[in-house]
Amino acid sequence: MDSLWLIPLLPALGAAVNGLVGIRLFAKRTAGAVAVAAMAAAFGLSVLAFVRLLQLPAGVHEINQVLVDWLPAMPLATHDGPSGILAVPWGFRLDPLSAVMLLVVTGIGTIIHVYSTAYMAHEPRGGVARFFCYLNLFCFFMLTLVLGNNFLVMFVGWEGVGLCSYLLIGYWYGKTPASDAGRKAFVTNRIGDWAFLLGVFLIFFTFGTLDFRAVQEAAAAMPVEAAGWGVLSTIALLLFVGATGKSAQIPLFVWLPDAMEGPTPVSALIHAATMVTAGVYMVGRNAVLFSQAPMVMDTVAVVGVLTALMAATIALVQTDIKRVLAYSTVSQLGYMFAAMGVGAFAAGTFHLLTHAFFKALLFLGSGSVIHALAGEQDMRRMGGLRRRLPITYATMLVGTLAIAGVPPLSGFFSKDEILFRAFLENRIVWALAALTALLTAFYMFRLMAMTFFGGGRGATADAGSGRPGESPAAMTGPLIALAAGAVLAGFIGIPGALGGGNAIEHFLEPSFSASLPVVPPAAAGPDASAGHAAGGAPASDGLALGLMLFSVAVAGLGIAGAYRVYVQRPGLAAVLAERFAAPHRLLTHQYYVDALYDATVVNGTRATGRALAAVDRRVVDGTVAGASRLTVLGAWVASLTDRTLVDGLVNLLGWVSQEGSFGFRRLQTGLVQNYALLMLVGIVLFVGVYLVVR
Amino acid sequence: MSHYLSLILFTPLVGAGLLLFVNRRHESVIRWIANAVALAGFAVSLPLWFIYDRTSPAYQFTERLPWIPSIGAEYFVGIDGFSLLLVLLTTLMGLLAMVSSWTAIRERVKEYYICLLVLQAGMLGAFMALDFLLFFVFWEVMLVPMYFLIGVWGSANRLYSAIKFFIYTLVGSVILLLGILALYFSYRAQTGVYSFDITAYQQFGFDPAVQWWAFLALFIGFAIKVPLFPFHTWLPDAHTDAPTAGSVILAAVLLKMGTYGFIRFSLPILPDATHQFVPYVAVLCLVGVVYGALVAMAQQDWKRLIAYSSVSHMAMVMLGLLALNPVGITGSILQQINHGISTGALFLLVGVVYERRHTREIAEYGGLSAVMPVYATVFLVMTMSSIGLPALNGFIGEFLILQGVFVAHKVWAAVAASGIVLGAAYMLSLYQRTMFGTVTNPKNDGLADLGGRELLTFAPLIVLAVWIGLYPKPFLDRLATSVDRVIARVSPEYGPHAMVECGAAPTAETAKTNPAAAFLTAVPCGPDGKPLPQPGTGAPR
Repeated sequence: MDSLWLIPLLPALGAAVNGLVGIRLFAKRTAGAVAVAAMAAAFGLSVLAFVRLLQLPAGVHEINQVLVDWLPAMPLATHDGPSGILAVPWGFRLDPLSAVMLLVVTGIGTIIHVYSTAYMAHEPRGGVARFFCYLNLFCFFMLTLVLGNNFLVMFVGWEGVGLCSYLLIGYWYGKTPASDAGRKAFVTNRIGDWAFLLGVFLIFFTFGTLDFRAVQEAAAAMPVEAAGWGVLSTIALLLFVGATGKSAQIPLFVWLPDAMEGPTPVSALIHAATMVTAGVYMVGRNAVLFSQAPMVMDTVAVVGVLTALMAATIALVQTDIKRVLAYSTVSQLGYMFAAMGVGAFAAGTFHLLTHAFFKALLFLGSGSVIHALAGEQDMRRMGGLRRRLPITYATMLVGTLAIAGVPPLSGFFSKDEILFRAFLENRIVWALAALTALLTAFYMFRLMAMTFFGGGRGATADAGSGRPGESPAAMTGPLIALAAGAVLAGFIGIPGALGGGNAIEHFLEPSFSASLPVVPPAAAGPDASAGHAAGGAPASDGLALGLMLFSVAVAGLGIAGAYRVYVQRPGLAAVLAERFAAPHRLLTHQYYVDALYDATVVNGTRATGRALAAVDRRVVDGTVAGASRLTVLGAWVASLTDRTLVDGLVNLLGWVSQEGSFGFRRLQTGLVQNYALLMLVGIVLFVGVYLVVR
Repeated sequence: MSHYLSLILFTPLVGAGLLLFVNRRHESVIRWIANAVALAGFAVSLPLWFIYDRTSPAYQFTERLPWIPSIGAEYFVGIDGFSLLLVLLTTLMGLLAMVSSWTAIRERVKEYYICLLVLQAGMLGAFMALDFLLFFVFWEVMLVPMYFLIGVWGSANRLYSAIKFFIYTLVGSVILLLGILALYFSYRAQTGVYSFDITAYQQFGFDPAVQWWAFLALFIGFAIKVPLFPFHTWLPDAHTDAPTAGSVILAAVLLKMGTYGFIRFSLPILPDATHQFVPYVAVLCLVGVVYGALVAMAQQDWKRLIAYSSVSHMAMVMLGLLALNPVGITGSILQQINHGISTGALFLLVGVVYERRHTREIAEYGGLSAVMPVYATVFLVMTMSSIGLPALNGFIGEFLILQGVFVAHKVWAAVAASGIVLGAAYMLSLYQRTMFGTVTNPKNDGLADLGGRELLTFAPLIVLAVWIGLYPKPFLDRLATSVDRVIARVSPEYGPHAMVECGAAPTAETAKTNPAAAFLTAVPCGPDGKPLPQPGTGAPR
């Protein structure tokens, strides 16, 4: 595997084939086959690349490949004078972190592509090819994002996945909510991208390069900004704001629930497993930089855990099955950020990995339910599907247990690692995260209970005669594969306390630390190397085991609560909702955040636009029109003056000379005597005047 | 080769002359001749791309003949990297505008094509002229055919818009001429030579007081053309009422005259005044970026919306120049080309549906994705290009501009970058209102998708958008020495040979002080100052 760039190129080719030829010509089956083949090949190459990474000699942890110059070298000043050079290559880098993401994207991507061939089978022919074109294009951009060795190549993927998300959310573009949601997603993301770009500018200005590794090394050489806010903190904060857009964190999370308007496989791939984790990945990519800015790390942790808690509470009352999962995704992403914020980069990445399995599984399972119920998404109209969709039920149960943190499923290990690290670092973050874990177990079992338990309601009952049956193999197969992943993925990260080696943490370690320890460790502060404590130190094993038992108890409590409310006493939920009407209303309206944004930012911008358009017409253009009117007025005055005054003078002169000439004409008698007389009179007058005046 | 530029310059004029001899009733003959001439004009100019010497800092393909010897005016043409790209943009967009008019224009066909060809010659001349008076003549020559294009073949309010366009820009021209004359006499006073030679002006140190007044005069002339807020209000009217080809030329090429004026004249000839004026002009640019975008958001007319987006984008282009560093200026020039490509394409796209429906009202459309899928795809690509999606051309320009501006002034960059958020908001809103949803207006039901000729006009623009987005190096390389020359005048701290082909390989010592240095991909210099061939990479240079 010498050419990393081939991995993103394969899905790009698939997208091109489906886009240029497929939409016109391909049968649904062909379009799906092309897309799946492209992804499967990319997965194969990724595995080869991964193997090659493992075979690297000790001490070498990355494969760096530069394809070609993108932005050729141009001089540009940096903070230390005009000697800097801006040069950006099309460069790709495989290191432990990107390798993990690579396998997640291509592996789960392939599974979801297979699932889509069946899920989208009822769409019109051209629509299927269009869908697979977008889906492949998404994978191309996602892989570019993951493999890029500098900020700018990553940004290509970063915005590209945003475009594909826009297109896929709005796949059913005839529906206004779908196209609205797509636009909302794109514009909200752009707000984050604004900050991200500023961060990139500042990175170049500070370090004179945009290469990830170079930036990490240079940042490591700078002092930790523990006491005062410095440039590293500003950079980290700007990047994090970018991450809150892509990964749906406070304050930019509002687009993700709406994004559920897209087809369910899209929700699984883009809005659960891959794209939304890009923000987490980016923070991990810059772990050293973030570690040098402890204040921003705290911000990341707090924003993460608050988002986790907030989204979990909203998920408690949602009735749309996909919206529950969407808020759950927001919540779990918050978990990942909380992990990053407490310096547990490996734990956050580990949770990213396990979450990709179980959340993709849950989304695809919900898709299987929706598919069986001919498009019904309201859980109040579901129920009793356990027997009718046994595979879907069983696999979703696995996913639910995994996300709830029940051992030994994958979610247990990754979530527990985060809780443990949070406990060591910041007790408040830990407490809120533990509370979120309780809520997570509760709302997930609520979802299971409302969908699969009890009697058939609404859509389930309507379809009673038609007997909604289990989905085809192309859908259940991926469910089973993902369920296997949701069970097994945790075993790569068994903590030391349970006798494991926490393999994933050691594997990822090089990605989160600078290779040149320039600053003495004493001043290094809470950087990634502190992570060793989690795996090794036997003194904390007891604590770790205690916390583990606690989180298992918390999960059990959540499950038991949901069982009691939604299975044993089905009327209880309504009673509770009535008793706590005000908080319930707050939650069903998602804390009124959307309403607030609409009322302020959205409508404010629109109103400003309208007002400025009026100003433009009346004032700015009005001035021009005024100037032209003034000119016309001036012309009229001039013309009037011209006619009356200027021309009048000329005419007066003419008139005077004409009229005068009438008088003088009389003198021209032609008689010499008269002339002689006049001469005489004149002479006498002159002489007389002369004599008098003198 | 010595008359190569004249050949390019006069090809359209010869075509216009030829058309004079064709009977006006033979419309299809006229169309064929005009299109053939435009194609020939493009074909003749294309070799420039290959034979232009990107390593030479001098003006190339120069021709110099006495024109009015008594006042020192010459027929003096030549190109550098800036004009190379703009000349090629002009011949390409001229051709596409011509092709797009095939079925759209049914009245006074002969006059229409003559106007287009004369306009083409005027624009080419302005980009090639190295004599200030000659430049001014071409600058004025452009005005007349454009006036007729809007006034005769325009839509409802065409007379108002045409006169407004003409007079507004003429006011600017007159003030520009005053500025030119001030420089001319000042040059004479200090050297004793009557000359309009720009190359001489660019090496001459004008008296600061003269610079100040001349900058102001040139600024007004160029700012109206850009158009920079608050001198922009002629643009929406002119765009709205111009026929499609007129809008395309206006957006793609004519607007570049203003920014070209700054880069060719104001910056290198008046470096001291430039530094004095930069903060004030930058404020106008920042207002323009945000204001243009916000006003675009409120538009109900498809063309007006794109016109205001041009106000916003061109303000960004201007801001890049004001960074006064190589990256900002390079980005600014490239973004002029990008804006020509994407906005030109957007006006062509409006023209396509206008020809079918005869309305530009956004509310009249909706759901076009279903009836015109290919059209919707092309529109999507160009929308993305316009809002600066990475991997397409607009991003490269915006990134370079903003990175350059950031180094010059962080707050400016932060404000200007908000344009990319607002840009996404209004363009995606336009896209949604026209393309998405269901077809509610029965008149849109049977609309024909892009035909072969129409597709042909978009193909080169899409190719260019992707090419510049993925591999802008050939474009940037051709700009390097010309940017250098301007930088040497306005920001001499970058040194005489600012553009780096090679540099010192990072040593262990530099790596110690700056660990990032070890990762810089600098190619080490050979003894001749040229980059050493790198073993193993085999990258074609």
